[in-house]
Amino acid sequence: MSYLDLLKLALPETIVLLGALAALVADSTMRGLEVRFRFIIGGLIAAVGCAASIAWMLLAPGLGTAQGGMLVVDPLTQLVQIALLVLTIFTVLISMESDFTEHVGEYLALILLATVGMMFLVGSEDLLMVFISLELTSLSLYILTAFDKRSIRSAEAALKYFLFGGMSAAFTLFGFSLIYGLSGSTNLREIAVAIAGKGLDPLLIVGLVMAVIGFAFKVAAAPFHLWAPDAYQGAPAPSAAFIASGSKVAGFFIFAKVLMLGFAGAEGNGAWRDYAPGWTPVVAAIAALSMLLGNLAAIVQSSVRRLLAYSAIAHAGYMLLGVMPHNGQGFAALIYYAVTYALTTLGAFGVVAAVERGTGDETLAGFAGMSRRAPVISLCMLIFMLSLAGIPPLAGFFGKFYVFSAALKGGAPDLGLLWLVILAVGTSAVSLYYYLKVAKQLYVADPPAGSGALQVPILSQITLVLLAAGVVVLGCAPALILNLIQDAVQFARF
Amino acid sequence: MNGFPLITTLTLVPLIGAVLVAGLGRDKASVARGLAFALGLFSLALALAMWKSFDPTFGALQFEERHDWIPTLHIQYHVAVDGLGLLMVLLTAVVTPMAMLASWRVEDRAPLYFSLVLFLQSGLFGTFTALNFFHWFLFWELSLIPAFFLIRLWGGPQRAPAATQFFVYTLFGSVALLLAFLAIFLATDKVSDFIALADAARQGTLIPALSKTLGWQELTTRGLATLIFIGAFVGLAVKVPLMPFHTWLPAAYAEAPTGTTMLLTGVMSKMGVYGFLRILLPIFPEPMQWLRTPLLVLAVITIVFSAGAAFAQTDLKRLLAYSSINHLGYCMLGIFAVATPGAGVIAPATQKAAALNGVVLQMFNHGLTASTLFWFVSLIERRSGGLRGLNDFGGLRKVAPVFCGLMGIALFSSLGLPGLNGFVGEFLIFKGAFPLAPCSASLSVIGLLVTAIFILTLIQRVFNGPLNPAWSRLPDLTAGERVMLGVPIALMFVLGVWPQLILGMINSTVVRMVEQLPF
Amino acid sequence: MLAWTIYISFLGALALMLLPAGTARAARAVALVTALAGLGIGVAGYAQFETGRIATLARVPWIPSLGIQYHLAADGISLTLVLLTGVAAVAGILFFWNIEHRAKEFFAFYLVLIGGVYGVFLSFDLFLLFVFYELAIIPKYFLIAIWGSTRREYGAMKLALYSFVGSAMVLVGLIAAYVVAGARTLDIVELAGFPFPHNFQMWAFPVVFVGFAILAGLWPFHTWAPTGHVAAPTAASMLLAGVVMKLGAYGCLRVAMTLFPQGLEPWGFHVLGFASWGDVFAVLAVTGIVYGATVALVQTDFKFVIGYSSVSHMGFVLLGLMTLNQVGLSGAVLQMFSHGVVAGLLFAVVGRMVYDRTHTRDLAALQGMNLSKTIPFAAVTFVLAGAASMGLPGFSGFVAEVQVLVGAWAAFPTLAVLAGAGIVVGVAYTWRAMQKAFFGEVTPADPGPPPKQLERISVHERLGAVLLIGISLVIGLCPDLLLRIIVPSFDSPLFDWLRTGGPR
Repeated sequence: MSYLDLLKLALPETIVLLGALAALVADSTMRGLEVRFRFIIGGLIAAVGCAASIAWMLLAPGLGTAQGGMLVVDPLTQLVQIALLVLTIFTVLISMESDFTEHVGEYLALILLATVGMMFLVGSEDLLMVFISLELTSLSLYILTAFDKRSIRSAEAALKYFLFGGMSAAFTLFGFSLIYGLSGSTNLREIAVAIAGKGLDPLLIVGLVMAVIGFAFKVAAAPFHLWAPDAYQGAPAPSAAFIASGSKVAGFFIFAKVLMLGFAGAEGNGAWRDYAPGWTPVVAAIAALSMLLGNLAAIVQSSVRRLLAYSAIAHAGYMLLGVMPHNGQGFAALIYYAVTYALTTLGAFGVVAAVERGTGDETLAGFAGMSRRAPVISLCMLIFMLSLAGIPPLAGFFGKFYVFSAALKGGAPDLGLLWLVILAVGTSAVSLYYYLKVAKQLYVADPPAGSGALQVPILSQITLVLLAAGVVVLGCAPALILNLIQDAVQFARF
Repeated sequence: MNGFPLITTLTLVPLIGAVLVAGLGRDKASVARGLAFALGLFSLALALAMWKSFDPTFGALQFEERHDWIPTLHIQYHVAVDGLGLLMVLLTAVVTPMAMLASWRVEDRAPLYFSLVLFLQSGLFGTFTALNFFHWFLFWELSLIPAFFLIRLWGGPQRAPAATQFFVYTLFGSVALLLAFLAIFLATDKVSDFIALADAARQGTLIPALSKTLGWQELTTRGLATLIFIGAFVGLAVKVPLMPFHTWLPAAYAEAPTGTTMLLTGVMSKMGVYGFLRILLPIFPEPMQWLRTPLLVLAVITIVFSAGAAFAQTDLKRLLAYSSINHLGYCMLGIFAVATPGAGVIAPATQKAAALNGVVLQMFNHGLTASTLFWFVSLIERRSGGLRGLNDFGGLRKVAPVFCGLMGIALFSSLGLPGLNGFVGEFLIFKGAFPLAPCSASLSVIGLLVTAIFILTLIQRVFNGPLNPAWSRLPDLTAGERVMLGVPIALMFVLGVWPQLILGMINSTVVRMVEQLPF
Repeated sequence: MLAWTIYISFLGALALMLLPAGTARAARAVALVTALAGLGIGVAGYAQFETGRIATLARVPWIPSLGIQYHLAADGISLTLVLLTGVAAVAGILFFWNIEHRAKEFFAFYLVLIGGVYGVFLSFDLFLLFVFYELAIIPKYFLIAIWGSTRREYGAMKLALYSFVGSAMVLVGLIAAYVVAGARTLDIVELAGFPFPHNFQMWAFPVVFVGFAILAGLWPFHTWAPTGHVAAPTAASMLLAGVVMKLGAYGCLRVAMTLFPQGLEPWGFHVLGFASWGDVFAVLAVTGIVYGATVALVQTDFKFVIGYSSVSHMGFVLLGLMTLNQVGLSGAVLQMFSHGVVAGLLFAVVGRMVYDRTHTRDLAALQGMNLSKTIPFAAVTFVLAGAASMGLPGFSGFVAEVQVLVGAWAAFPTLAVLAGAGIVVGVAYTWRAMQKAFFGEVTPADPGPPPKQLERISVHERLGAVLLIGISLVIGLCPDLLLRIIVPSFDSPLFDWLRTGGPR
């Protein structure tokens, strides 16, 4: 395969990269101007870059595989990449009203670079490529977390994130190298073939566990979640939004793909009565732990950001249920859930950003009476909270329904995974409490005396309304994207 | 069947009237009174019309109406009248306007008062015409509510406990009655029609049916039937009242506003006796026969003790209250005597018919007389500024001769003087009861004697004797009052001299009732 | 056509959201018009309804890959409850006519709740039913938390969480049923015909039944009800007790009993005298009847009396469901309707007529206020409502309760007797509350302050009271109006298990 073909395959990523560079360059020429203006221009450039990439993928899809699976372009990866780009565009839109930094170009460029990393991440079926993309993404995200130089929390959060991330990267790499040693290849499909005949080698187990640990860190699943609350709380709002949304989608996608493709023979069984060692019981344990820990810890939070962080951990648990059945249905469910979850969280963080800017307070108390001070974004926040809680007819509910049914179906006919589904539904019921706490602050509590309407820039409002509308529409008519996802998954021969 | 729904109209008109009157504002008291009284007269006219078109020859049910009410439970809306029912309807229609007139001066929330009276009247009409247990029970309870409120809101100083006691007692009785009938309903696979149940009892299928479906513990067939009978009996006995279920009565009668007392004693007490005749006797003839002796004992106790208690009273209203219990005791004596299995020299059927005729006649006559007596008491109470003690007055004959004269007539009627209406009923009861239950009848004569004593005492203390100087200016009856009171007094004379007026209506019904007894 | 009850309610809510803030009058008007429209459609639907059939209102594929359809249909049971919802909705608005504080938002939440309730009663696809069922939880929360009174935030959260936990249990059962049936469809009719394995039904039935029964106030999961009802503002408690609790009972009947009828069969062994889930739930229902009535008897807060009476009356519904014979089941459905109307009326009197004027619900305090003189209309209304609640013949409750008792007698004679005892206690607590609240009088020894002038009962309250009493009377006198659509619906294929000799 020539470099030209490779370039054509990787054109979407390249476009985004160019967009990053363009934003960087453009901003460097505008140093003297007002920050807000620079953000708008830079943001537009970034958004256009992403949009162009999406357009290319839609109009001139070139399918193919490069370098023995290092870069795979098929409908599924394109679908997820488009989703990531959409998320990036929304993140950029949210960040346009930021006031925490003057390094506009760098900021936007980093976001786009992270996106590039994620795009490569989802497009690879090779362990090495996975690692490289993970690192590209993570490094960009670490810096994005630290970007608020005025806040000590931001630096602390980034440091924690970095240290944890570095450690988990080490784990991941070690695990990958063991797998390589065992199978003699870094291509997922070849690995699967190689280990299929070998049974459960101790080396395989170790490699598997380490790989899972690495991925679990990335998606903030318990007990590898410790970075998440601090990162979500300390990072500037758009960064946190991005971490919570885009990197989650990419992380879960690759998590599932590696496990289902690469370790296809070593699943074992996580069912209640049919336990068999493999990666499914491990994932089941992580999922259960995440659901329990995330939900229970979120109950006592008074900071909305930390609440969202712990809820993210809980949702990671739910999403892992989609990995459990190791079939196409589960994978499709996972993708749907991840994408809609990402949209919702992005919106939630957007609202948090707006409220922080307006009141300087991101605890629950700062949200008091918001429905009367800023009715539009309060309604959006209500939608996001309810979707996260799993209230129909919003996207969150359907996502949960779909994932739970897929998990249960995977264990049919004796419903082996019922215990996990019961746990999931139960913890989901508990979660309503803390989501309602936020809603309560918005709608029930009275605004502090003497406070007037909150100034929320039009752009933010439009963005949030779009996100909320998306959540509602995807909940009422999930078939819209469901068919796309299911077809794509079919194509990818899971 | 199902021609012009005369009975339903009769029952509904006061009900709708009650709602209309209640809706009138507080300032429209005179309108309320007028409207209520007009409705009372209208009901009287309807009742008289029914009487006119009533055919007294066969004692069968007339003006019958049957509609499906709750098909899934085989419950129908079934109303009709025979002689007994018609007489009770007439009684209600006569006493209610009298009660309204007696209450003419009620000022406080007059529309509500008259509305409740109309409500009560509707409930009474419904009770006396209903032939299916469930809507009979509805009207039975329905008459309870207005009575409670009438006592509670317009009564005397002790009205709260009196009203509560009245309500709770009657309710307790009703619960027993309801349970008994629910048991029957469930045992007979959803039969709740009185006529159908009476037929079953007559054919002897009812009691076996009870045991078949309700076999509880080791109760024998007789035991079970007796238990259910007692349940129904208690419910009705509280209403009559029979001793020892009577303790609610004196307080209730005394504390109720007098117009209400007229209704209580005049009509509502007859509900109990009516229940015995319509329900208990036809449906439970055998248990009644088994328990004949204890029942007769209760009747005798009621007659004698209540007369004695009346004698001991100093409050006129309480005295008359106990006297009411006494008079109704005779009715119960008559009914229980009828439960005697065939024996005696003269054909028992004749005696039983005589007894029952007497009972029914006594119901009407006592209703008329007692309510008139209470009316008199209310008049004197108002004139004396609230006093109504036996010893508060004296020599009233000198200042209010018309009043004393008319009240004297009523008192003598209550005593049972021949020539007045009170005599015939009591005479017939004793005529029938003596052969059937000689011991009880003899003992009951004591009641007659004691009644004579306290009534004469009353006349002596209140009307005769030296004039109590406090009352030297007591006004006599006004012309209007004379006219109003003249009507019942005249009726007392008429019915005393020509009881056939009523007997003609009821005789065939009574005979039929006796014929249908299985003994 | 009936489907428009749902759409109109949501459209009404949307219209309300778009109204400018501060226009309470316009908000009320819009809400009332919407509710009346819903009621009108319900009545029209009733007039056109063919008894014994299931009338399909809408059936389009929604998420074809999962076999989920947007399937709305109505049979006699659904229609009865739709009518109830219409009546309760209109009455609720009439009784809350005096709201000023954030009126627009109130009615918006109210209409969303109504729309969700209509949706539950008309859904014939399990997924759709669940969507509407859960959808109704959130407006309830806000209605209580924002406009409620005593401990409103606690009461609202408790209600929301209990409901959510209940629906979580239902969700588990629902997904399990979906998967076991091959993950092809969630249509109720089709799933009702699917032969679920016996063991599966044995655990799925109680899970789903209890999940729904939590909302219906099954003892001992009823504790949200008194707290919630007391905390809620009048219109919300009318809806809560009147309609929302019926959602739970409806779910028990429509989902749990229809899909998993074998769950009611005898286990084959005895535990503590129980031999089947039917026994267990029947005993719990009767416990609820007696417990609710007894506790109501000792309450000092007027509204708590009514709240506990709701638990007691819902016990009748659940008992009727467990009788598994036509008389008892149709009695249960009729009781759902009757209690919906009567409970609404009782809460209206306590909340709107009394509390809004006297600002106290303490029976001892009310005793000295001589309310029968100052607001006689309220006293009369409460007497009538109390009579209906006691089950006096002539009102709708009588027919329903007698049917349930007759049905229960055939299935569990001892329990029927206990339930009858519950009725007697019912008379007692109604009587006590009525005495104390309205007819208490000060003794001459302690006259106390003269009764202050209370605001007269407004036209809207009178209208609402007349509406509710009228309906209870009409159904009490002509119960056939509803029984003629309820009873034939048990002949449909959905209730085959009833005929092919289910457990009894």
